[in-house]
Amino acid sequence: MLRYILKRLVFAIPTLFAVSIIAFIIIQLPPGDYLTTLMADWASQGGAVEAGTVAAMRERYGLDQPIYYQYYKWIWGILTAGDFGISFELGKPVTELIWNRLGFSLLLSLLTLCFVWAIAIPIGILSAVRQYSISDYTATFLAFFFLAVPDFLMALSAMYVMSAWFGQSVGGLFSPDYVDAGWSFGKLVDFARHVWLPVVVIGLGSLAALVRIMRANLLDELSKPYVTTARAKGMSELELLIRYPVRLALNPLISTLGWILPAVISGEIIVSVVMSLPTTGPLLLRALLAQDMYLAGSLILLISVLTIIGTLISDILLALTDPRIRFQ
Amino acid sequence: MSMNPNMSQETILKVEDLKTYFPMRTGIFKAVDGVSFELKRGKTLCVVGESGSGKSVTARSILQIVDRPGRIEGGSILLTRADGSVSDLARLDARGKDIRSVRGKEIAMIFQEPMSSLSPVHRIGTQIGEALRIHFGIRGNEQRERVLALLRQVEIPRPETAIDRYTFEFSGGMRQRVMIAMALACNPQVLIADEPTTALDVTTQAEILDLIKKLQQSHGMAVLFITHDMGVVAEIADEVLVMYRGKVMERGPVEQIFHAPQDDYTRRLIGSVVKLEKKAEVRLTRAAISAEAAPLLDVKNLSLTFPSGLKAVDDVSLIVRPGETLGIVGESGSGKTTMGRCLLRVYDPQAGAIDFRRPDGHTVDIRTADKAELKDIRREVRMIFQDPVGSLSPRKNVGQIIAEPLKLAGVKGRELEDRVCELMQQVGLEPAWRERYPHAFSGGQRQRIGIARAIAVKPRLIVADEATSALDVSLRSQMLDLMMKLQDELGLSYVFISHDMSVIRYMCDRVAVMYRGRIVEAGDTDQVVNHPQHDYTRALLSAIPHPDPRERRIHKRFRYDPARTVSANG
Amino acid sequence: MTDITSLPPETGPSFNLSGKDIAVAGQWRLFWLKFKKHRIALASLVVIVFMYLVAGFADFIAPVDPNATNARFTYAPPQGLSLLLDGSFRPHVNQLKMTLNTESMRREFVADPTKPISVGFFVKAPQPYRLLGLIPMQTKLFGLTNPQVGDSLYIFGADRLGRDIFSRVVHGAQISLSIGLVGVFMSLILGVTIGGISGFFGGWVDLAIQRFIELLRSIPTIPLWMGLAAAIPVGWPPLRTYFVITLIVSLIGWTSLAREVRGKFLSLRSEDFVIAARLDGMSEIGIIFNHLVPSFMSHIIATLTLAIPSMILAETALSFLGIGLQPPIISWGVLLQEAQNIRAVAQAPWLLFTPAAAIVISVLSLNFLGDGLRDAADPYESVS
Repeated sequence: MLRYILKRLVFAIPTLFAVSIIAFIIIQLPPGDYLTTLMADWASQGGAVEAGTVAAMRERYGLDQPIYYQYYKWIWGILTAGDFGISFELGKPVTELIWNRLGFSLLLSLLTLCFVWAIAIPIGILSAVRQYSISDYTATFLAFFFLAVPDFLMALSAMYVMSAWFGQSVGGLFSPDYVDAGWSFGKLVDFARHVWLPVVVIGLGSLAALVRIMRANLLDELSKPYVTTARAKGMSELELLIRYPVRLALNPLISTLGWILPAVISGEIIVSVVMSLPTTGPLLLRALLAQDMYLAGSLILLISVLTIIGTLISDILLALTDPRIRFQ
Repeated sequence: MSMNPNMSQETILKVEDLKTYFPMRTGIFKAVDGVSFELKRGKTLCVVGESGSGKSVTARSILQIVDRPGRIEGGSILLTRADGSVSDLARLDARGKDIRSVRGKEIAMIFQEPMSSLSPVHRIGTQIGEALRIHFGIRGNEQRERVLALLRQVEIPRPETAIDRYTFEFSGGMRQRVMIAMALACNPQVLIADEPTTALDVTTQAEILDLIKKLQQSHGMAVLFITHDMGVVAEIADEVLVMYRGKVMERGPVEQIFHAPQDDYTRRLIGSVVKLEKKAEVRLTRAAISAEAAPLLDVKNLSLTFPSGLKAVDDVSLIVRPGETLGIVGESGSGKTTMGRCLLRVYDPQAGAIDFRRPDGHTVDIRTADKAELKDIRREVRMIFQDPVGSLSPRKNVGQIIAEPLKLAGVKGRELEDRVCELMQQVGLEPAWRERYPHAFSGGQRQRIGIARAIAVKPRLIVADEATSALDVSLRSQMLDLMMKLQDELGLSYVFISHDMSVIRYMCDRVAVMYRGRIVEAGDTDQVVNHPQHDYTRALLSAIPHPDPRERRIHKRFRYDPARTVSANG
Repeated sequence: MTDITSLPPETGPSFNLSGKDIAVAGQWRLFWLKFKKHRIALASLVVIVFMYLVAGFADFIAPVDPNATNARFTYAPPQGLSLLLDGSFRPHVNQLKMTLNTESMRREFVADPTKPISVGFFVKAPQPYRLLGLIPMQTKLFGLTNPQVGDSLYIFGADRLGRDIFSRVVHGAQISLSIGLVGVFMSLILGVTIGGISGFFGGWVDLAIQRFIELLRSIPTIPLWMGLAAAIPVGWPPLRTYFVITLIVSLIGWTSLAREVRGKFLSLRSEDFVIAARLDGMSEIGIIFNHLVPSFMSHIIATLTLAIPSMILAETALSFLGIGLQPPIISWGVLLQEAQNIRAVAQAPWLLFTPAAAIVISVLSLNFLGDGLRDAADPYESVS
């Protein structure tokens, strides 16, 4: 088991490396380096640029060096000093801007995952056990429907419904009174009041996918001979269902975490933009639109790293629950 | 619940006029249609039949675990308990408490595929102990002790560690022992065994049959044994029920079924089994093949090691003379299929030589032949596959399948058409069927298509890999007869690979016995079968069930221990 | 051979030989027979064909130029199209009367039933156009028969600049639906080539490609797309932007296809019938085109169909965020940019719901269609 985890950890290293390269490429993609943009900005604002400052910045980021050296400089700064560079638009170090938002992103994604799993599994089981019943058809149709509605549309519709029918304005994770307040019970309640809608909106798409997968997995398992064996032992149908086919159908479901997680994080970003939540989404969009590339690149890197860690955890979970993988 | 006065003292289970139907879109499929039998304490009833005869559904109906949409439509299943009470299982609710208290406790069942019939993610101890928990509420340490005792009973080595292992860590035979331990947990009165040895090698099968017999005697169980293998029936049955298409053809003591069958179908079934117990008639009249004739195929020291490190073929040498049939016999994992495929370079062996004599007299080493040469040789050496489904592309019609090798050999137009029709007739298929796709044919017919493809380009040697093992026994001899007819007509030689000694004996002039990648013994078939030299051959031969209840012998079999005889090996 | 008939018939696959049609039915016929049983998929196929036809004939179907503005009808609501007037067939809409709500200081529109505006089919187009860019045409499917100043035909309402939402959605279908097709085509080329290489060569090539695919799939798509799309210079011509966006969108799509192709390649390569073909003397290329490709063609079609909706959704999301396609290109995502502001949506919900309905219907139908195709992809499973 330990060997398996170690192996997975070692495997994750090249993936992390590759992700950092992709993030770096994204930083480098816009034409010209950001100093040119910066100088153009300053010039347009009538500010003079001291040649010395520019030279110092070029030196600091190694902009006059070959590209691999720039990458090395960038990644080394991150790894050794946690230095993600500077957001030029906001004039602050990236680290000051992201951690809080990253925390909310993570929290929102985790809450969504919990919601998705808690709802999808029972519906999937019901749908499979009562195959071709009204409830199965309803679940199937709703699943297809929610798969077809993009999350930002869902967010917009939800906001429209809330404001047009219930007269509530939706947005943010807190009421204005609590935004800057410290954590308290009141703030927690307020948070819960705000967070459920984004969680549902982000989760519905993945929920639908997961219901379909759970249903298909369980239908597969239900026809396997070990079910007959357990039945021949005299086990009651309910115990049998939970102990055997459901237990086995959950294994492939755990492995879907590898792509549910990226999907949830993607959904979280776009929904946050629509609902103006204080997470990474709006910040990333703003950074990209302003070509504030160090900020954008850092966000993409960190989001991807979080996803890879999540996938790693799902691999380990899978190995814990499935001896076949452990013993490979 | 009432006492049935007609029931004899010993009868535990009495099934009368059982009907299990499957409603289908196209109508009702009568899987079991009016079956009656009795199970007596300490006795074994074998239900025998070919695939689709309804024997397995009969067994499952007793516990009401027939797969949907099947359901019991009529008849009764009377179970007499030790306290004398009787209940009709056919009337119980399939999901209810009453039938559940019978399952696993009064009547236990073991299945064909021990791998898929056990859960892969639960420890075997948990799975065995479950029945104890369900029926007696035994948990914890007491349960563990009981499970350990069961594992000892079924002779699983090192039960203390085995109890915490998973199914995939066991071999096929050991898995079936786990199944048996599970079935025995609650001391049932009846054990239903649904083809429990079909997926096993003969030597393992003999061990399992022994174990069941032993446990039956010590527990006084009645055993209902489902099988398609008449040899197994002869070895273990007290009574036999012959089924065909959901109906009982004949029922009686084993002696009567084998030596005085009343029913036509039974007679034919026994006939086709007995036919395979000796040399084929056509071979008796054939001229002997001269041992001096220059060999058609001369394999020397052939070796193949897979990247995984498995030595699949290990220093194999053999010869095939013109017009001869060489049998290769071995159990699963012996490397016989891999060896056969090496002969056509499906796999590339790393060492040795495969010298093949071309029609002009010079020999070519197939192992090192270049592309062009190999292409020519592959027209002279052909292959028949085991799986009649997988070896025919479902997307081509039969005419196209048979025409493929001809087309690639340059046959065109009218001639191609005529040749395909001729080939189809030769293997006993209607030429009018050539527009049809493989899905329209039965297993035996598909195998004929495979044979037609193999002989299309007038080959000289055919490698037949388990060509009959996917077929029911009544078709087996037909297929073998067809192959021998073609041998005479076309002057073929065969390398005939099989795990089934009776097929080898029927068909082959000489035989080589393979074990773990090596040939442990080779010689004339009569010689090897009657006077085996190597211990492994003796063990293999003595484990084969003999289809004659007067001559039961597998319990007296010879056991091979490779560790002891390793020096004698090779 | 004479004893064949006297023996019991074989009971292999319970196949009914009397079904002569089934016996001689090839792959695609079986595929169709099985697909037909999936009613919803069949209905979806009809919907999809209809939608692509609408996209193709957008110029003919849209009553007005999708870019024509009209300040008079800012946020005009949908005008109900009635077919009957005074009991006879006279299709018409009611004229919109504008009032100023003094409280909210907003313009409000009221339909005036006393002033019907006649609507006709096959009317003369306001300007001549070329259908499919080729055929010069003067006729529109429907429109005002006799347009006067102050008349309007907004069956799905108007936007901020008084443009006709219906015409815009119809034109948007051209871009949104075609991006799915073009993207899938790119995915097909990438996926089949890379997946084929991976499955055919195996070994370390396969391992490297598989790791790469895993990597791509483990990155959340939206941030990746956002990063790449944001790098497209604003000044690029629309067509180039369109292709680059398509390329970005198919960047992920090909991976599932490559996996499918590789998996099929690997499993088919060791199938007996493929080995038989090799032994028959068929070349590797011959095997690929005679045996492998026909075997996974149906699976590829199903996978491709299922990939189209995700591409449509991706384009929509990027354009919605303002980093995908930009006006004046019209796509459903671009239309939804107008709906970004929730206050605008509250005032004119049709801004949101008309393009949204188009997206949902097309994606839903494509998903159902793909599901049906996938079920039918292996028709040999349930022939018996």
